[in-house]
Order: sequence, then C-alpha cells, then structure tokens
Amino acid sequence: MKLLYFAWLRERIGLSEEELSLPDGVITVQDLITHLTARGDGYASAFCEPAAVKVAINQDFAKVTDPVTDSDEVAFFPPVTGG
Amino acid sequence: MIRVQREDFDIAAEMKALTGARTDIGALVTFTGLVRDDSSAPGLKAMTLEHYPGMTEKKLSEIEDEANRRWDLTGSLVVHRYGRLEPGEQIVLVITASSHRGDAFEAASFLMDWLKTEAPFWKLEKTGDGETWVDAKVEDEDAKDRWQKE
Repeated sequence: MKLLYFAWLRERIGLSEEELSLPDGVITVQDLITHLTARGDGYASAFCEPAAVKVAINQDFAKVTDPVTDSDEVAFFPPVTGG
Repeated sequence: MIRVQREDFDIAAEMKALTGARTDIGALVTFTGLVRDDSSAPGLKAMTLEHYPGMTEKKLSEIEDEANRRWDLTGSLVVHRYGRLEPGEQIVLVITASSHRGDAFEAASFLMDWLKTEAPFWKLEKTGDGETWVDAKVEDEDAKDRWQKE
C-alpha cells in the first residue's frame, strides 16, 4: 500500500510518502494507525491525538473503522484549512 | 471547471472566459479569497498552502458537480492556489454564472463553504515568532452544515 502524510503529520513522521506491505492483522484504518504508532516516536507523535487526524482511502474521506487493502492509497492529514 | 495552480489569476480574464460569446447569462458572481494578516497570527509574513495532488482536483470537481446539481448554472469556475503566498495575495477564486442572480449568489456561497471543509488544503502561517499550522474552525463546519438537505 501507499501511505501519504500531509502538513504536521508529514513533519512529525519525517516523510511525505512511503510504501508498506499490509502487515498481518491489519484490517482497518485503526489497525494501521496502531501498527504505525509502534514504529517510532515520530509516528507516535503524529498519531497521538486521534481526533486531530483525518484519513482518506484512495482519495476519498474515510473513517478509522473502514477496511484497508494492500492496493490502497491511504493518506493521513489534519482537518483541512483551505479557502 | 476547476484548477489548482501555483500562479496568480486574473479575475476579469476568468470572468470573460467563462461567459465567452454567450448572451443568456444574466448574473455573474465572483468571490476572491485573499491572504489576510489578522489577530490570529499578527505580523503574518507569508502563508504556505500545501495540498494533496489528485484528491484536491477530485474533491473540487465533486463540489462543483454538486453545485451544478443544486442550482441552475450556465457555468462555474473554481481556482485554488498553493505554494507560498504573502498577505494581500489572492488564494481562491469562485465564479458562478446563471440566468438570474439568486442561483449564482447561492451557488458561489455554497462552493466556498464546501471547499473550506472538503478540499484537502493546509495553511502554514509564518510570522516573526515562527511557523504554525492553521487550525480548522468550527464556524467553517457550521457554514457547511447549513447547506445540508433536510
């Protein structure tokens, strides 16, 4: 799967994108967040405030309970502030 | 039509391009958003707009399609800039064209309210004190909610 990070999540993780093979046991977005959080301090800091993190799967807004697959593009970012 | 671009835009030229040779348009509403130096970030030096290429275009097109479903428009345009902008610079342009002003005014307002909560852009403000990511505003969610259908 392709993972994308924007704004302060990108800064905290230190990456704008990366490839990840769907880890065993990861079914939902929440499982993916739990997996990423365990990878290091940057990830833990990016995901420390769940309410401040939005997710999109294949460029559509999604929920943490939505399922993810290995062919998905999953993006994490703060609430949007355009306009 | 929607466009996401780094360059500035010329409002008069965009209005002219949208109307073309048509003579059935009775109302053209334009909204332009500017970078503002205000109390939430006094001494704003610059603002950098980050976005999600691909999803941005997709969401803006969806928002525009929805406006065209709800109102009788003869044309519409949304232009949103990204990159580094200074106070006073233009960020966003919405133009709606219709036979009558009611539809054009409402659709333009709807497009802005939806864009602010649905289009994946993030603002980083730079002041003398450093750089800060702008927080989303509850008022923007409320402004969008008023368009929810009963």
